[in-house]
Amino acid sequence: MAYQITDGCVNCWACEPLCPSQAIQAAKPHFIIDPSQCSECAGDFAEPQCASICPIEGAILDARGIPVNPPGSLTGIPPERWNATMAEIRAR
Amino acid sequence: MVQAVTTLKTERRKVESGPASGCASSGCGSRSDKLAHLPAAIRAKVNDHPCFSEDAHHHYARMHVAVAPACNIQCHYCNRKYDCSNESRPGVVSELLTPEQAVQKTLAVAAAIPQMSVLGIAGPGDPLANPERTLATFRALSEKAPDIKLCVSTNGLALPELVDEICQHNIDHVTITINCVDPEIGAKIYPWIFWNNRRIKGVKAARILIEQQQKGLAMLAERGVLVKVNSVLIPGVNDEHLKEVSRVVKAKGAFLHNVMPLIAEAEHGTFYGLMGQRGPTHDELQSLQEACSGDMAMMRHCRQCRADAVGMLGEDRGAEFSIEKIEQMDIDYAAAMERRATVHAEIEAKRQAQREASRQATQTSGSEVFVALDALTRRRPAAPSTEPNLVSAAASETTPLATQTATPIVAARTASSRTKAPTGTTSHPLRIAVASSGSGVINQHFGHAREFLVYEADAQDVRFIGTRRVQAYCTGDETCGEADSALAGTLRALEGCVAVLCSKIGIEPWDALEAAGIAPNGEHAMEPIETAVAAVYTELTASGALERAEPMRALSA
Repeated sequence: MAYQITDGCVNCWACEPLCPSQAIQAAKPHFIIDPSQCSECAGDFAEPQCASICPIEGAILDARGIPVNPPGSLTGIPPERWNATMAEIRAR
Repeated sequence: MVQAVTTLKTERRKVESGPASGCASSGCGSRSDKLAHLPAAIRAKVNDHPCFSEDAHHHYARMHVAVAPACNIQCHYCNRKYDCSNESRPGVVSELLTPEQAVQKTLAVAAAIPQMSVLGIAGPGDPLANPERTLATFRALSEKAPDIKLCVSTNGLALPELVDEICQHNIDHVTITINCVDPEIGAKIYPWIFWNNRRIKGVKAARILIEQQQKGLAMLAERGVLVKVNSVLIPGVNDEHLKEVSRVVKAKGAFLHNVMPLIAEAEHGTFYGLMGQRGPTHDELQSLQEACSGDMAMMRHCRQCRADAVGMLGEDRGAEFSIEKIEQMDIDYAAAMERRATVHAEIEAKRQAQREASRQATQTSGSEVFVALDALTRRRPAAPSTEPNLVSAAASETTPLATQTATPIVAARTASSRTKAPTGTTSHPLRIAVASSGSGVINQHFGHAREFLVYEADAQDVRFIGTRRVQAYCTGDETCGEADSALAGTLRALEGCVAVLCSKIGIEPWDALEAAGIAPNGEHAMEPIETAVAAVYTELTASGALERAEPMRALSA
């Protein structure tokens, strides 16, 4: 079982030093989690560290492929608000 | 070494001239008298720091290196996905650097821009959430460029645990962003923090952040580190509260408070931008700064620069120093450091000459009524009372010229200006905008200005109140097609000003300014800013323009 990083990642390095298994590596175009190393922090922390500091919604998926931090959960911006505003900006 | 001596001398002169002859507002900091009470050693520290001294920012350059991408909190005015070469605001960068690259870039910039005095680390995340990268950069630079001041900016969460390391690295300027001291208000600004291996949200998160900030501030102050507090003014969220913040941080030992306007646009993708939270107007910002200034020194010349900004405060030359370009540069570092020392000594000589000139102007202007610079003495006759030792020591050590000869003349002139000043004697202040590309003089073409410095003048005082950013309306090339809209933007930015001083100005903008009730003025080119502003205030007052300007100001307010 392992977490994974999506292309939403902004390469901010916040997660890398926190990983108790050294499973996270800087890579291009974005950081990656080595699935053979990732323990989901079991036995080390109550909550997976990478997903607890990651500032980007949707950038980290759990073993089921579900975003640990879904849209709106970190910024407080309602997803519908985000989508509507971005559509408006694109239409300018 | 040469530079250090010059700096100390200059500081000493300030002490003696301050209370005796008065000084222009930029001479002593954000408000004329606010830094005058500080010990000479502290004023020497800020003398060439463009962010800690308003006067220094006319002369010295700074740079930020973007080595710190990680952050340990989320602020509602920040979007971590953002990196854009056209945006100028905090948290935005084009290129992330390793500590090695940052050192290389700093040395390259300090060689190419010898006015550079300060290297800061400000992001794009929180420098102290990246302690290895941040401290490695400082460590290398304190060895390779010992003449460059080091400075760091933080949200404060990790500050207490790193205070001692900060001190070890010879960092004597720290900026903490403190937007609140009340966790209920904090919860409206910070959605979460990462603390003790957990993401914490809401009021609890804000309480921890506030505690850490206050603790870190007190620890730094105890160790003699100069602390500037930045606060983002968010209308309806923390505007009234910032007055309390100012009182609290002053009591804890902060040196300077910088209240900055919220920047929030939907396209920035921030919570505030998307939720329609507006930023403050110029007037709201100014009145809050006024309200806080009773408690402590306020910084008003902040340009809210990027985490990879390079150059003088009003400019950003970052694009000239990309990693790719730096790698092709051939630099003699030792020669560059010598050149910096020479250039800094020249700057100090020039600043001293400017101060002398403005003092002379107030003494020899004949029958002309002179306001402002000399009149400052009226306001603060008892200024030295808090620092008796400092003043007497300085006076006994240095040339008696300024103190002894200036005092009686200035006193006489003060009396005459009070009696002779026309209707403006009890006047309300006038705002006058200035185009300057640096050195503290009026030396920029109106159409080339990317920002205007706004001063407020009344019968007692000339003081700097802030900057107004504009699009340069003339770049001398094909972009001139957009000149009309840029000029309209400039007119909006200058709203509330009665005059604009520049080195030169074209006929078209001249007419447009006049039509908008703003007097264009190119007659004071190359003069020191505050002397010129005082002179223009006098001219406007004497000519009755003040009365004419009155209804216009009322309308625009």
